[in-house]
Amino acid sequence: MTFNYAAFSPLASFSGGLLLGLAATLFFLLNGRILGISGILGGALSAPKSDRLWRILFISGLLASPVLLRIIKANWVFSLANSDIGLPTLIMAGLLVGFGTRYGSGCTSGHGICGISRLSIRSIVATVTFMSAGVCTVYIVRHAFIGVFQ
Amino acid sequence: MNNVLTRVTEVLVGILFGVGLLISGMTNPKKIIGFLDVAGRWDPSLAFVMLGAISVTATSFFLWGKRPLSLLQSQMRIPTQTQIDPRLMVGALIFGIGWGLAGYCPGPAIVSIAAGNPQALIFVAAMIAGMVVFEGFILAVKPRPSS
Repeated sequence: MTFNYAAFSPLASFSGGLLLGLAATLFFLLNGRILGISGILGGALSAPKSDRLWRILFISGLLASPVLLRIIKANWVFSLANSDIGLPTLIMAGLLVGFGTRYGSGCTSGHGICGISRLSIRSIVATVTFMSAGVCTVYIVRHAFIGVFQ
Repeated sequence: MNNVLTRVTEVLVGILFGVGLLISGMTNPKKIIGFLDVAGRWDPSLAFVMLGAISVTATSFFLWGKRPLSLLQSQMRIPTQTQIDPRLMVGALIFGIGWGLAGYCPGPAIVSIAAGNPQALIFVAAMIAGMVVFEGFILAVKPRPSS
């Protein structure tokens, strides 16, 4: 293992994390809800009509965030890049993330942030599992079979 | 009044969460892959995102997690399941594989669309397709009672 000093951004990552925590706090303190993106989006596709508006409003807020930062000329804070993978891998990855997060009842926000904060054993197990699966996948794709998925 | 404030909160929390994702680096798949790539050039930034987010959220759950109603008088909808079942583990495993392949998880992918990343649009379309497949799969395994 080597350390990537050039990419390491502890301050921006920690401050962004504080905002994520503040958002999760406001959501359950004001509205009584757990902030989990896959559940909110998945429910917007499947839940009864009466349970859809709040999901659509939340997702609209997500979509508005980069636009608003751009309007106030604060888009220098963006950290964006393209993944270096090919189209078939990108599509396969999307399908797996969509199915897996719904089947496993959560993603990085619902399990990783909110669940761990609630000390939920389910969420801790889920987070350890998807992090380990991610580490193994990156190892296989980028070290064991270099180039196959590019 | 509470109803209006609840609607406003939904939008504002969405914006705040999106800004947090953009600042933290979660919308940059290279940083996600960099974190998961422990055998390559490791970038531990994502650990700092989790540290920041969990320190705030854990404190607020500790202080206010047992409230019977929210400040705007909504029911508290906190998950009650505690069982570690195969479904949880298999789902997390499948999600982790997809996450490691592309470096996108659901929230950052949605935000990246509006930030102008066409790759994220393709990813989210596939992700929604995966969620639709899940709905069909669950119906096939456990049919909803006919109404």
